[in-house]
Amino acid sequence: MADAVHIPDEAETRARWGAFEWTAENAEQAKKVIARYPAGRQQSAVMPLLDLAQRQVGAETQTNGWLPVPVMEYIGRQLDMPYMRVYEVATFYTMYNLAPVGRYHVQVCGTTPCMLRGSDDVFAACKNKGLVKGGTTPDGLFTLTEVECLGACANAPMVQINDDNFEDLTYDSTVAILETLAAGGQPKIGPQIDRQTSAPEGGPTTLKEMVTENHDYRGDWA
Amino acid sequence: MSDAPAAPAPFVGPLADKDRIFTNVHGFQDWGIDAAMKRGDWDNTKKLMEIGQDAIIDTIKASNLRGRGGAGFPTGMKWSFMPKESKDGRPSFLVINADESEPGSCKDREIIRHDPHKLIEGALIAGFAMRARAAYIYIRGEFIYEAKVLFAAVEQAYEKGFIGKNACGSGYDFDVFVHRGAGAYICGEETAQIESIEGKKGQPRLKPPFPAGAGLYGCPTTVNNVESIAVSPTILRRGAAWFNSFGRENNRGTKLFQISGHVNKPCVVEESMSIPFRELIDRHCGGIRGGWDNLLAVIPGGSSVPLVPAKEIMDAPMDFDGLRALGSGLGTAAVIVMDKSTDIVRAISRLSYFYKHESCGQCTPCREGTGWMWRVMERLRTGDADQSEIDMLFQVTKQVEGHTICALGDAAAWPIQGLIRHFRPEIERRINENKGSAPVMEAAE
Repeated sequence: MADAVHIPDEAETRARWGAFEWTAENAEQAKKVIARYPAGRQQSAVMPLLDLAQRQVGAETQTNGWLPVPVMEYIGRQLDMPYMRVYEVATFYTMYNLAPVGRYHVQVCGTTPCMLRGSDDVFAACKNKGLVKGGTTPDGLFTLTEVECLGACANAPMVQINDDNFEDLTYDSTVAILETLAAGGQPKIGPQIDRQTSAPEGGPTTLKEMVTENHDYRGDWA
Repeated sequence: MSDAPAAPAPFVGPLADKDRIFTNVHGFQDWGIDAAMKRGDWDNTKKLMEIGQDAIIDTIKASNLRGRGGAGFPTGMKWSFMPKESKDGRPSFLVINADESEPGSCKDREIIRHDPHKLIEGALIAGFAMRARAAYIYIRGEFIYEAKVLFAAVEQAYEKGFIGKNACGSGYDFDVFVHRGAGAYICGEETAQIESIEGKKGQPRLKPPFPAGAGLYGCPTTVNNVESIAVSPTILRRGAAWFNSFGRENNRGTKLFQISGHVNKPCVVEESMSIPFRELIDRHCGGIRGGWDNLLAVIPGGSSVPLVPAKEIMDAPMDFDGLRALGSGLGTAAVIVMDKSTDIVRAISRLSYFYKHESCGQCTPCREGTGWMWRVMERLRTGDADQSEIDMLFQVTKQVEGHTICALGDAAAWPIQGLIRHFRPEIERRINENKGSAPVMEAAE
């Protein structure tokens, strides 16, 4: 685990996050989440609550969020779970950030389908904009992570930045997206070339009626 | 008795638009419940349920639907393993696997973000047929937008009374819950998924007990892929014979194919099972980049299946049995195409890295083996190896395969075995060239 992140549990982390509590809105949401599972099975809510907490930490720090140890302890108390069980979950799943990240978490897919379509160019664009794998830019804006397949292979190569997917990338469109974000703008989400979601570029080969109207094909059923 | 009429040749595409199940697959239209109902979803679902639980299972069995998550297990038979009544008061659960993480696969995403009501209606039908009290849809964490759509679609279905108490006026109570993952390929394995829903690390369980006996919260559980569930209402509406009219024997129905890699226009498209590879690519993807002579190899079913060299796959039928005959498999029908510009050793080595990253760490052969195999693959990529290491690597893949709790060990081994089987000369060439350019230095003494 040489490449594992250092998990901060120092005095300053405790001082900053020791009094962590849900916002009123998130407290409501947490109750709703727990109600999805049978009584006595509240441990099932640990994953959604970790996600919620990471988002709250993100909102409070103007970043994409992370999970300080005292926050995990807070969730453990709420769900009546030993802290270690919460920690186990937080370290097992890749989407929980165990150390602070920047305002934008740039997660570039490097798995084979994206690699075949040019994820090397996407990484090169990130590098030339000053992003370093596993690190955050000095201005705190971008954290770059190479991630494994994000399930958008027909739109490869792609990057997920915070909650949004940007697909069908090239070197230039990657640079443009990073520059727009750095300038405080919102780049176009989804495919960066002329195509509708995962339909073939230039227009669909099937179901063409659907392009212009909500067609009901049942009339053609034999 | 002579001259019995020969069985008609199976229909292997191209599929007509009227026979496509996922009519909004590309999301040109609204995913919401009103638009979905205009397309035919939730159309008198009560009537579909009135034929009775056993009749639903019989219809799915008769349709020869094979599970769309990769293994191809008959769906109707899987449903029939669930207890018909609870002898000890334990409820049953349906878990729907939307943890789509197999490199190459991107079909469940399209169903969820563009046709979610097909999935939710299917959840009710399947859950009712197997006498489940609720469905948990496990959606991978990185599908953030897709999960938002799914939560909203479930809410819409509750508001209309289609799920919840007295679902669709059928007198049956059925809940649908959405559970988001948080980034772990292994949670696509059914028992790891159950562990994850229970709020634990996603490490697969030993079987037996099988989930149909003791699954989620120790209760009888069936885990099905999104596509298997989402096609079931249409099968019931149009009949088993309709579904059987596509594809070859034992490989029936329609299928979402996801084509990525070196084709001119990658896409997701619903086609007839058994469609020949060439037709699939020419019709929907604008051909191979640089023409058919430029095709090197294809991974036809997601990263876990061995690759198939160009000349073998070109005219092969895209179905379970056709691809198994080529030493590969249909998997999730995630077709990864590689042309002659591909560094084939790097392509497979990157998959080895993927499996190393995603090994849950529970079984030693997989935890240690995936890292070891990746490191050797990286040396083979640069040629910094000895010829004998090719055989050694092959032998190690055989020691990982079949010696782990779940199939991740197998999935990590197969792509490497496929590479060595079909591209051994390329690996040897790299080793020889590396030796030639940098001769081994002898010690001076």
